[in-house]
Amino acid sequence: MRVAFVGATRGMGRALSRLMAERGEALCLLGRDAAELAASARDLEARGAAGPVQTAPLDLARPAGFEAALAAADEALGGIDTLVVTGGLLDPSEALQRDMARLEQLLHVNFTGTVVLCQLAAERLAARGGGRLCVFSSVAGDRPRRSNYLYGASKAGLSAFLEGLGHAYAERGVSVLCVKPGFVRTGLTEGLPVPPFAGEPEPVARTVLKALDAGRRVVYAPPVWRWIMLVIRLLPHAAMRRIRF
Amino acid sequence: MDRLSPRLEPVAGWGRRLGRRGRVARPERLGAPPPAERCLLARGLGRAYGDAAVPSSEAALVLETTRADRILGWDPHTGRLRCEAGLSVGEMLRLFLPRGWFPPVTPGTRHVTVGGCVACDVHGKNHHRDGSFGRFVERLTVLVADGRLVDCGPDLERELFLATVGGMGLTGLIVEATLRLRPVESPWMAVETEGVPDLAAMVAGLAASARQWPYTVGWIDCLARGRALGRGVLMRGRHATCAEAGTRAPAPRRPWRVPADAPEWLLSPLLMRGFNRMYHWTHGGRPRQRLVPHESFFYPLDAVGDWNRMYGRRGFLQYQCVVPRAAGPGALSRLLERLAAAGAASFLAVIKDCGPAGEAYLSFPLEGMTLALDLPYRGPATEALVHDLNAAVIEAGGRIYLAKDAVTRAADFEKMMPRLKEWQAVRDRWDPERRFRSAQSVRLLGDPE
Repeated sequence: MRVAFVGATRGMGRALSRLMAERGEALCLLGRDAAELAASARDLEARGAAGPVQTAPLDLARPAGFEAALAAADEALGGIDTLVVTGGLLDPSEALQRDMARLEQLLHVNFTGTVVLCQLAAERLAARGGGRLCVFSSVAGDRPRRSNYLYGASKAGLSAFLEGLGHAYAERGVSVLCVKPGFVRTGLTEGLPVPPFAGEPEPVARTVLKALDAGRRVVYAPPVWRWIMLVIRLLPHAAMRRIRF
Repeated sequence: MDRLSPRLEPVAGWGRRLGRRGRVARPERLGAPPPAERCLLARGLGRAYGDAAVPSSEAALVLETTRADRILGWDPHTGRLRCEAGLSVGEMLRLFLPRGWFPPVTPGTRHVTVGGCVACDVHGKNHHRDGSFGRFVERLTVLVADGRLVDCGPDLERELFLATVGGMGLTGLIVEATLRLRPVESPWMAVETEGVPDLAAMVAGLAASARQWPYTVGWIDCLARGRALGRGVLMRGRHATCAEAGTRAPAPRRPWRVPADAPEWLLSPLLMRGFNRMYHWTHGGRPRQRLVPHESFFYPLDAVGDWNRMYGRRGFLQYQCVVPRAAGPGALSRLLERLAAAGAASFLAVIKDCGPAGEAYLSFPLEGMTLALDLPYRGPATEALVHDLNAAVIEAGGRIYLAKDAVTRAADFEKMMPRLKEWQAVRDRWDPERRFRSAQSVRLLGDPE
C-alpha cells in the first residue's frame, strides 16, 4: 500500500500508522505541525516503513490547501492508493453550547473539511483506476446523546457521506471504509470519564487494519461497540430521555 | 505539551505500599513548556518500588510519559537511537532485537521507560563489565523548571547531565534521549548455572565469572543459616552466537497474571523455606549449560503479570544496597545474618558484583557487591528492619538504591551519598523552587510537600 495519512501523529492514527509501517507500507504524513510530522515520520521509518516517510502540510480546516497536499502526497508516494483520515476534534456539548467559534471550528474540521478532502481524494483515486479511503467517524454519529450531540452530529453527517461516497464510486474502483470507534483511551479523550468497554489505540488499530484489508465498508472498534450500538439504536426515544443518555 | 486534562487518581509504587492521589495526565508529547504548575513529577511505567514516582501531594501534576514513545532517529550502522523518554525497554527489544541490537544495560524488567532508566541510572547483570545506563547516553533533552528545553550530555551542560542521570527526575522532565545500543548475534542467551554452598563460594564464584562472562548474577537462599549462610545458585550468561543459536526465534511468551491479591499464608516462612529449597535443589550441583530466550534470562518476573500481587494486600518493600569491595564479604554476611535473624523471609535475594562507580552524582552502583531483597510488608517491624540494614550499610560505606527505597531516613541517606551536596548545588541552579519533586524527595531531601 502507498498510504497518505492525515492524523498519524497522535492517538489511534499513530497506532494505525505504526502497524502499517511495521509491515512495510509506504507512507506520507499530512498535517498541520511540521515538527510533529517529522518526529512521527522518523518513528515510522525506524519501524520499517518502505522508503523515507515524507510529509506535507494539510489543515483540515482549510480546504483551499487540499489539492496541493494530495498532489504532494501523490508525488512523494509515486501515486496514492490509500488515504487514511483519523484527524478530528472532540469537545463535550456543554463546552460547545457556549462557544460558537469553537463549535463552528469543530463542525468545519470534522465534517466540511473531511468531506471535501475525501471527495477530492476519491476523484483522484477513481481517475487512476481505484483505491481506498479509510476514514474515522464515531459511534457518536449513530445516535445523538445529550452529552455530545454536537460532536455526534458532525460524525453522523460524516458517516452518511462516507456510505454514499462508497456507493457513488464503487464502479470506479474506490472502496470506502467508515471506522466507528467507541471510547478509546488517547490524548483526545484524556480527562473524560472512562465508560465501560473503553478501548486502547493498538487493538483498535489492529481491528481497523483487518477491516481495511478485507475491504469492509463499516467497522466498529473495539468490535463490541457494534452490539452496544445495535441496542442503543433500538432504544425508544422516551427511554433515551428517561435514562438521560 | 498537549492540552492537559489531569484527573485525580491514586498513584502507588510497584511495591503497592505507599500510595497517594495526584493529578495524572498522559500527554502524547512532552516537548513544550509545562503549564504554570507549582509541582511536577514525571512517571513512566511505575516500576519503581517505593515512592520515587509517587506525587508529593494531591496538588502535584503527575505526567505519565508512556504515550510519548516515538523513535526520533535510528542509525542501523552504529546502533545510535534517539527517542522520546516514554519508549519502553520492551518496545526497544521488540523493534530492534530482531535486527540484532540489544539495550546496552537493562534492569530486571522490560516494563521500564528510557526516561526511567536514565532517572534511576539503572544497572544490569553486566555492571561489572559495562557500568550503568548513563554511560551509554550521549544526549538528553530536559525540560527544566523555567520552561526551557535544555540539551545536555557528557560534553554539554555536563553538570546538569550528571545530576539528571540517577537524579530521580528531580532536575527536570526528561523529554528525549540519545543512546547507543549493543550489537548482538541472536535473541538467545548461552547460560550456565551452578549451585554454590555458601557466601564465600558465591562471592568467589561471581568474581571468577566476571572475567569471562558479560552477565553474572547470584541467587541466595535467605533462609539458610549458619554454615550454609549465603548458599545459592550462580548464573552467568552471554549473548549466543549465530552458530550456537541457529535461525529459530524464541517462542513468544504469554504472561500469566496473578488473578487476585495472594493470601497471607502463601508467604509463611515455612512455604518460603520450601520454595527456596526446591529452587536450590533444581539448580544445584555441577554447572549446567543451556540456551535460553533472552527474556527468561533477563526478565524472569515479567512472565508473571502483576506479580506484585503475590505479596498480598499489604504489599512489600524492596531493599537493595551496595557495599564496597573494601568492606569485605563480612559486611554482606552481617546483612544476611540480620535478615535471617528478623525472620523476614524473602522469595528473592539477588546478589551481584558491581564495577567502578559512574560519574553521575546520585548514581547507585559502586565497586563492590550489591544485594536485593523483597520484604513482605509486616508493619513497623519491616521498616525497623530496613533501618537496621541501613545502619549496617552505612557502617560498611555503602548505599541504597533509590528506585527501590520507600522508608529510608533523610539522615541515613545523607551519610550514604558522598556527592549529595554537589548534586544539591546543581539542582539549586536549575530548580531553585523545587517544582520537580516526589514523595521520596520530600522524605529524603526535605523538599516542601
